[in-house]
Amino acid sequence: MDSSLWLALVGIPIIVAGFALRFNPLMVVIAAGLATGLAVGMDIGLLLETFGEKFMNSRQLASIMLILPIIALLEKYGLKEHAQSWVASIRSATTGRILMLYFVLRQFTCSLGLISLGGQAQTVRPLLFPMAEGAAMAKYGELPQALRDKIAAHAAACDNVALFFGEDIFIAFGAVLLMTGFLKENGISDVEPLMIGLWAIPTAICALIIHLLRLSWLDAQIAREVQTHQAGAAA
Amino acid sequence: MTPPSSLLSIQVVYYLIGIVVMAIAWMSVRDTSNPKRYTTGLFWFLFGVGFLFGDAMIASLGKPLTYKILGVIVMLLALIAGSNLLGGGQHTAKSNQDKAALAARLKNKLFLPAIAIPLITVALTLGAKNWQIGDYFLLDQKNLTLACLTIACLVSVAYACMITGGTPLAAVQESRRLVDAMGWALILPLMLAMLGGVFVAAKTGQSIQTLVTMMINPDSKLALVVIYCVGMALFTMIMGNAFAAFPVMAAGIALPFLIVQHHANPAPLVAIGMLSGYCGTLMTPMAANFNIIPAALLELKDKYQVIKLQIPTAIAVLLCNITLMYFLV
Repeated sequence: MDSSLWLALVGIPIIVAGFALRFNPLMVVIAAGLATGLAVGMDIGLLLETFGEKFMNSRQLASIMLILPIIALLEKYGLKEHAQSWVASIRSATTGRILMLYFVLRQFTCSLGLISLGGQAQTVRPLLFPMAEGAAMAKYGELPQALRDKIAAHAAACDNVALFFGEDIFIAFGAVLLMTGFLKENGISDVEPLMIGLWAIPTAICALIIHLLRLSWLDAQIAREVQTHQAGAAA
Repeated sequence: MTPPSSLLSIQVVYYLIGIVVMAIAWMSVRDTSNPKRYTTGLFWFLFGVGFLFGDAMIASLGKPLTYKILGVIVMLLALIAGSNLLGGGQHTAKSNQDKAALAARLKNKLFLPAIAIPLITVALTLGAKNWQIGDYFLLDQKNLTLACLTIACLVSVAYACMITGGTPLAAVQESRRLVDAMGWALILPLMLAMLGGVFVAAKTGQSIQTLVTMMINPDSKLALVVIYCVGMALFTMIMGNAFAAFPVMAAGIALPFLIVQHHANPAPLVAIGMLSGYCGTLMTPMAANFNIIPAALLELKDKYQVIKLQIPTAIAVLLCNITLMYFLV
């Protein structure tokens, strides 16, 4: 077999090992990039040029820098505390229910193409997580750190899962266009974006059921963890 | 260079990001409570260079030299972060009582600037695409969402300052609390996009395609479906992006074996294949924007906790996908 075939893969074990051993991810990524480039015979100058070019072309990924100051300012003036006390005033609100409601709304709006209605920096950090945490705090008081982290991770996961399995239903979404483009290139031209969007629905429903089921167990889990924590503190 | 055809072009957005990053760099250097203030400031300064001066550098130095310089900068960023030279200041948070008192004064008004960001973004994306002033489009046509998000942020920051009595500068100063906590995670997505570019140049995808096709038993439809779906998930985990994995797996397995040989229906085949890739996205640190950034944003001790929590859902949905694909196509 052609050895150059294997050389192009050299970055993969570096990434896996680097992340598993918890080296700084920036170093791991650079090491994987350097190793891959040099292994397939790119000279260092060309490799640096590739690094710089791709960095320049992905600058839009840093748009979070525009959102952070606003969130930080609002938090300084008590956004988080207000979100928590507001949620505490709604008696039927629980962590699990808040996350389930968000999940359903997020997946539905994403399927209509309204992807920017949510997001980790836009809604999860300033609104969803404080409310999810606040609902539990209203019932149990201060939460142990592990439980607080668990609720936070659930809030983030909720946004991701709903987004991923909602957006593909929307026919003008990039992934759908990528797929129709791929099929056309390969001589299959009778597949419309609408059909691909419709075929994303069965998986979307599966994801909805699976994730809502998991979230529906969350309130009981929280109650249990608070109990063990209190028992541990008393002992 | 061609003149900008829109008032809020993507360059303006990059300048704004650059200004915020440079302000953070300057404030970091001045923050004596940070034991690593010089290297922290240097880190953010170097990160900001590409945003503030990148386009001017291309215009005056040409592309090859600019890209080389930025390539060196990127290596330096990794070196600073990797040598543990990136630090944070002591941010004296107001006590919770103080904040609760402020919150009680401003009440639901506090929600409005936060809600305004997504709402204005969506409203503009839907309604303002074609707004023109003279010959200029208001919004960058190729980067519509980003242009809308930028306007939404500007409106929101103005409104937030109005109700709280803060200033944009104070907002940036305050954001250092988050930026210091997030640290290198903030630039990981760009680094990963860069690595993806190197993989494309090195033709890593073709290698994987050849390897996968070597392991295939073309007669078993079930085996093909499993390899295609699991392959999409695994390759997405490596690339951090299902879009990069899709052409490789679709051209390597779906097209030659499932469509041509087993006469599978192409529409569900590609749709469910792509969604299997998304299951991979939920399980990998390489999709930093979705998995690592939130962990940093929410100040989780374990940066992999979001991933760990998503794995059960991802695997369950992947199993559903395999079943669906086997019976539907």
